[in-house]
Amino acid sequence: MNTIVQPMPRSVGRQIGRTALDWFPALAVFAIGIGAWQGLVTAFHVQEFLLPRPTSIAHAFWMQKSALWSEGIYTFKEALGGYALGSGLGIAVALVFAAWRPLAGAFMPYAVAANAIPIIAFAPIMNNWFGLLNPFSKMAIAAVLCFFPVMINTLRGLTSVHPSSIELMQSYAAGRLSLFRRVRIPNSLPYMFTGLKVATVLSMIGAIVGEYFGGPIHALGVKILNDSSYGNFTDAWAGIVMASLLGIVFYAVVALAERLTTSWHPSARAFQTE
Amino acid sequence: MSAVSLKGVTKQFSAGVVALDGIDLDVEPGEFVSLIGPSGYGKSTLLRIIGDLTKPTAGTAQVNGKPADRARRDHEYGIVFQDAVLYDWRTVAKNISLPLELLRWSRGRRNARVKDMLELVELTGFEGHHPWQLSGGMQQRVSIARALSFSPTLLLMDEPFGALDEMTRERLNSELLRIWQETSSTVVFVTHSIPEAVFLSTRVVVMSARPGRVAGVVDVDLPQPRTSTTREEPRFFELVTQVREQLAAAGAPLGETQEPALVEEPL
Repeated sequence: MNTIVQPMPRSVGRQIGRTALDWFPALAVFAIGIGAWQGLVTAFHVQEFLLPRPTSIAHAFWMQKSALWSEGIYTFKEALGGYALGSGLGIAVALVFAAWRPLAGAFMPYAVAANAIPIIAFAPIMNNWFGLLNPFSKMAIAAVLCFFPVMINTLRGLTSVHPSSIELMQSYAAGRLSLFRRVRIPNSLPYMFTGLKVATVLSMIGAIVGEYFGGPIHALGVKILNDSSYGNFTDAWAGIVMASLLGIVFYAVVALAERLTTSWHPSARAFQTE
Repeated sequence: MSAVSLKGVTKQFSAGVVALDGIDLDVEPGEFVSLIGPSGYGKSTLLRIIGDLTKPTAGTAQVNGKPADRARRDHEYGIVFQDAVLYDWRTVAKNISLPLELLRWSRGRRNARVKDMLELVELTGFEGHHPWQLSGGMQQRVSIARALSFSPTLLLMDEPFGALDEMTRERLNSELLRIWQETSSTVVFVTHSIPEAVFLSTRVVVMSARPGRVAGVVDVDLPQPRTSTTREEPRFFELVTQVREQLAAAGAPLGETQEPALVEEPL
């Protein structure tokens, strides 16, 4: 009856072996996909401007790696700024909505409406407001994209607390602040991270879309646009690869932060128990 | 002074359902009183009124001579629910010390008390575990340790072992009696199990349903300390029969005494 699921100590070697095994299917799909792309483009003599071969893209990427890196970092900084702004605001608004429910009723429709803004239409307006070369114009676009998923997920986490949990805190005569600090906020973390992870990729998209409507020459979005208009599609593809890599790294960093802060959550338990 | 004193407690839900109708009940310090009855909500509602987690429509509830709301703010009672209600993000030790944090105990004092409580519920060595690493019975023991951590004189229990298997339940019954005697606290215990009520209690209060009223009281004169052999004594069976007959007289369909609890929306 005293059965208990203990976290099993596992050797580092086995852990690495297991991790490699976990990644194997994804890596295999990647290799097969790239291989098929390369093979088909070569076999059917597809024109370079329609779809370049992966090897050509890799070559272009390698030749321009330092320029791509600095352009990528410039755009990434815009995305990061917008991410911080939009997510921070999303979390703050969720806290306010959870604390004062009538406020949520009054303002939620407008939050939904803000989310419905077609970002393509919004981008030139932001460029006009803050200036084409001002990174803040791109941050604003990224922020608008990040706000909603973070807000709506955090709010759900803050409010989906079991009634018994609230009764327990009431039985200790705990105040509202205490209820938020000790129950609602920890309860919301897994939900919040779902929003924060989605927002990483959205912020990169927001920054690049903003740059499509004008920005400094050393920005990734402007580079991709220019390469396309001059017919250098292989170079444009290299820019897209850079954007994706940065997006993936950003996502992975936030996912790691999630793992570290919510190791108690069921979704993380697979990593602790056999 | 009574540990719990209820006078004319009535609770009517907004839908017009009268859950409780004029309940008068006194529980003396050191007593172990079980509330047993045919429907889920009346008993649980009564327990919540004692704990000031819901207000009666009419009548008064007092705990240790104070109005229920004052008693709650003075931390006069600890409560245990059917679910253990442990926080996944806290370790066992941190769950037990939650009320102590709220009472602003110093870290040293908290740690010392947690150690004592783990000993009391026989979970020493599990302080660093997370709730989901424990079995259901162990989780409920953590919940009991948390309820008693700040030494309240009154323990309110709402079907705490209802979700456990029979063997675990009987073992925890014996443990609860030991804890009750070691801490010399008063217990008000809601259950839908007749043998459990008879085994644990000094007094069993039988309630009727719709509206909830006190249909009868059975004094349990089984000697203390009670052990597993208590369950085999003729007197035990006599008392079980007595409670069962009172329940039947109160209109409870025999063998089926559980109904989903009706809980009010959280504030």
